[in-house]
Amino acid sequence: MTETFIRRGKALLSYILRTPKLLLGLVMLGSLLLLGLAGPLFVDVEKARPISVPTRKPPSAEYPLGTDGGGRDVLAVLVVGTPQTLRMGLLAGIVGVVLGTSLGMIAGYFGGRIDMAISTATDTMLTIPPLAILLVVAASVRSMSVENMALIIALLSWMFPARTIRAQVLSLREQPYVHMARLAGLGDIRIIFEEIMPNILPLAAASFVGATSGAVLAGIGLEVLGLGPQRTPTLGMTIYWAQLYSALINGLWWWWLPPILVLIVLFVGLFLVSAAMDEFVNPRLRRTG
Amino acid sequence: MKQSYFARRLVMFFVVVILAATLNFIIPRLAPGDPIGAVLEELRARGASTGGDAEDEIVAAYRARFGLDQPVHVQYFRFLFNTLRFDLGHSISYYPQKVEAALLRSLPWTVGLLAISTVMSFAAGSFFGAMMAWPRAPGFMQRFVPMFMVLSAVPYYLLGLILVYIFAFVMRLLPLGGAYSSGTIPQLDLDFLLDVIRHGILPALSIVLTSVGFWALGMRGVMVTVLGEDYLTLAEAKGLPDRRIFFGYAMRNALLPQVTSLAIALGTVASGSVLVEVVFNYPGIGWLLYNALRSSDYYMVQGVTFFLILTVAVSVLIVDMIYPLLDPRIER
Repeated sequence: MTETFIRRGKALLSYILRTPKLLLGLVMLGSLLLLGLAGPLFVDVEKARPISVPTRKPPSAEYPLGTDGGGRDVLAVLVVGTPQTLRMGLLAGIVGVVLGTSLGMIAGYFGGRIDMAISTATDTMLTIPPLAILLVVAASVRSMSVENMALIIALLSWMFPARTIRAQVLSLREQPYVHMARLAGLGDIRIIFEEIMPNILPLAAASFVGATSGAVLAGIGLEVLGLGPQRTPTLGMTIYWAQLYSALINGLWWWWLPPILVLIVLFVGLFLVSAAMDEFVNPRLRRTG
Repeated sequence: MKQSYFARRLVMFFVVVILAATLNFIIPRLAPGDPIGAVLEELRARGASTGGDAEDEIVAAYRARFGLDQPVHVQYFRFLFNTLRFDLGHSISYYPQKVEAALLRSLPWTVGLLAISTVMSFAAGSFFGAMMAWPRAPGFMQRFVPMFMVLSAVPYYLLGLILVYIFAFVMRLLPLGGAYSSGTIPQLDLDFLLDVIRHGILPALSIVLTSVGFWALGMRGVMVTVLGEDYLTLAEAKGLPDRRIFFGYAMRNALLPQVTSLAIALGTVASGSVLVEVVFNYPGIGWLLYNALRSSDYYMVQGVTFFLILTVAVSVLIVDMIYPLLDPRIER
């Protein structure tokens, strides 16, 4: 058992090393994680609170990335805000994928009216631009927290996983080994968990990365519009404050540029990992590019 | 068979529209308080309201005016009926103004900016994507296009901020924001047109740079499939010139699914505009929504979001209706 584990681990490691896209993406995400985990050891996170440092100071030895107009140390804000953004994305991604995978499996496996109901709901929800609903919800919720935001976004990120998983289960259902299992008298639950589930895990993992990336995108969008959590400093809200107090035309580049760069690293990292996952699941894509 | 396909799509369209209207009705009401209460709270915070009988009467009058004194189901059906007639109510912040009037005023700016940049990135992206899958494409294409794909992961408004800083603040080449210089009166002459174009360059550039990769990615996928088709081998065997095979045989067929995505993308133009317009102070639908959110103008927020959903639903419906004409296998 442990031997197969080690063997699989080695195979996984060599796959990562052979795939530059995946490696680069993981390194980018890993460095952001490190910023959040190891950052508090070197940076005083108390300085991420408003009015804890002088305002609008350019980068210096004392404040490596300067301070913003609300009296926060920008570096401390990054250290506190980056993990919040990651947490929000992961939480929304997990909830969205679990929800989507379950619905997709039920729809694909049982078919008939259940499939019809779930598929119609999925298609309908896919038509509605998520930002529109998010805006109305976020504008109505008085006090937003990171968890609230993640849940609201998760409720709008199950559709793509549901559709992908359903399509896959539809074809798996007709595989000979599933027919065999049914002939052998296995129940639906056992077939789903033992015969079908293992075969959709890679696909579910790929859609998890996609859902997480979509969730972060939606979350940052809300934050930049000023609808994010007010208590915790987040990357998007920092950009919002910078916009609101015209940091751009006052030349305070250290206020808005660092959070944007961190976000770009995050999005590109997620994109690379997701592209590599797609190639893993769908080998036809590996030939080109 | 045919009728049932169209009927199903049409039903789905109405389901989406009614669902959108219903969500717009329910969600704001789940929050504590009502719009009048929110405005009142704000007035109190500013010390502009003293309470007392007179205030209660004013509140009651306003509640009656916006129909908030009716039972919920009456409010719901009235809301649904009005929304479907495209009567979206009055703005609270700019009271006598109608929401749909504000929408119509902002729409040309959004459509102009977003539609043009979407079509531009579609054309460039499809061409680059096709070149990437083409084995005889020049080598630099293979290296240069992936850069755009990575760029497509970056939200356009973040890139937009960086572009504004470089080109408008540091180099002072282009305006910082807005759709035309303040002080000019919108009119149809060359000077105004040039002014509008100058203001549109940066927002359009940030959209094009971040979306070319998306189109290239889609095109490459389809192109790989098309290149494996028999008629392409035949075209090559016949000795047709490369250029003709590429444009007339491969790209032409691979464009079909891309055109569908384009129609949907054009439908999402309005909802995609929100953030880019906020960053560039562009007076379109997104800017309208942003200001409505900041002043808690509920009816305006509801009206704009309903409109955003409606445009997407309409474009999906149009695509669904046209698609069977392009690909008869769809009508099942």
